[in-house]
Amino acid sequence: MKKLVEALGHRFVEFIRYAGGVSVLMSQTLFWIPMPPLRRKQLVEQMSKIGVDSLPIVTLISLFTGMVLALQSAYQMQRMSAEMYIASLVSLSMTRELGPVLTALIVAGRVGASITAELGTMKVTEQIDALETLATNPIKYLVVPRFLALIMMLPLLTVFADVIGILGGYLIGVYKLNISHAMYMKNTWDPLKYKDVFTGLIKSFFFAIITCIVACYEGMTADGGAEGVGQATTSCVVNSFILIIASDCFFTALFYFIT
Amino acid sequence: MIEIINLCKSFNGHRVLDNLNLTINTGETTVIIGRSGCGKSVLLKHIIGLLKPDHGQIIVDGKDITRMDEKELHAMRMKFGMLFQGAALFDSLNVLENVGFALIEHMNVKDDEIKKRVKECLALVGLKSIEDKKPSELSGGMRKRVGLARAICLRPHVMLYDEPTTGVDPIMGDAINDLIVELHNKLKVTGIAVTHDMTSAYKIADRMAMLYNGKIITVGTPDEIRSAKNPIVKQFITGASKGPITEGIDFEHLI
Repeated sequence: MKKLVEALGHRFVEFIRYAGGVSVLMSQTLFWIPMPPLRRKQLVEQMSKIGVDSLPIVTLISLFTGMVLALQSAYQMQRMSAEMYIASLVSLSMTRELGPVLTALIVAGRVGASITAELGTMKVTEQIDALETLATNPIKYLVVPRFLALIMMLPLLTVFADVIGILGGYLIGVYKLNISHAMYMKNTWDPLKYKDVFTGLIKSFFFAIITCIVACYEGMTADGGAEGVGQATTSCVVNSFILIIASDCFFTALFYFIT
Repeated sequence: MIEIINLCKSFNGHRVLDNLNLTINTGETTVIIGRSGCGKSVLLKHIIGLLKPDHGQIIVDGKDITRMDEKELHAMRMKFGMLFQGAALFDSLNVLENVGFALIEHMNVKDDEIKKRVKECLALVGLKSIEDKKPSELSGGMRKRVGLARAICLRPHVMLYDEPTTGVDPIMGDAINDLIVELHNKLKVTGIAVTHDMTSAYKIADRMAMLYNGKIITVGTPDEIRSAKNPIVKQFITGASKGPITEGIDFEHLI
């Protein structure tokens, strides 16, 4: 019993330390964002790495998700002869939920892990210390460009995922379920409101913050050589996945009640 | 002059530096010797403000760096150069960007001027025509020399060397020692090196200090250290496995 209490206490202290560390990193990042210089070259480089390089996998997963969503709902709706609502279901599910969440999970897995591995390697090989000895703040130099790139690119990727997901549903609806093009398009756009897309984008903005801060924190606190970097990368993916899903639940509930 | 006064630092309850006192004279190269893991690098990181002590002061040019804010610390660091154990070159940048990093970041200097200064620094460490190479394309010795070139690029007043000869072959190690002595003579910088390589220590030191159990137990010229009576210093400089440092440690199982 004593050991259990001790273990729980240890976990709690670890959690508080983690939450504190992440909060401090977040506030320092916000502090350094308006400080010159902007480092345009690094920002564009990160936007390309995070956004453009993620396009193929986001395309693939969103397309398949849209197709699966259409097929799965067809299975149910055909029984009630309500196939024409498949388009609405796909468009609303993609824009409100699946587009933002799936894109965030893809980016957290692909980009978050790579940020942690890169910063973690820099930490254990003393490159972050070297930055400081060269009178350069590591948060300004390493975290800020990644933060700005992520909060700009993740919402854009989400819009892209929404469109591709809807296209996936369209392919199944029109070519497999024989819904007419005009009917499918009408049922896609009619129920879709600005707020559906907008709430998805708000979510993706917060998911970007979570992904970046967790990834940078894990990387900048990595120690213990290659093994430590490996552990930090695993923690980054696990923690950002948990936080993305938990915050999605929170935002979905929030938007449900206030809109 | 750099004065370290009553410096204390603990990690996870383990005291690494324990009321450490040391004075580094301007223009001299002071080598801090001690066993691996005794806190030499920790001491070096305190001197440049990378670590904050639990207690104590580090006075550089009359100012206590442990109480400086980030802005003051950055201004102070411009006067320092540091060579890291593994060189710590930035993997994503080429040699030109690595060596000229501080110029690119902090000085309003034209590209041509940066290239010229980088070439000069590389020439000082005996390298040329490698500006476009990435750190991954360089050998261990070359990486150390590029690290040295980066450290001297802003013409520092104080140079810190963390295990300058670790990880390179003895010939390259000696070449790096020669470079440190040459840079010291040419640039007239104050040097602080930490090492457990006694050949290197004797070669580059004007004064040597031994760190043991978190304290500086002796300070002297290389000759004074060679003829030291202190059994701990004696055991360390001769590299004997038996003596007061290893009392109670059984190496039999290694044989």
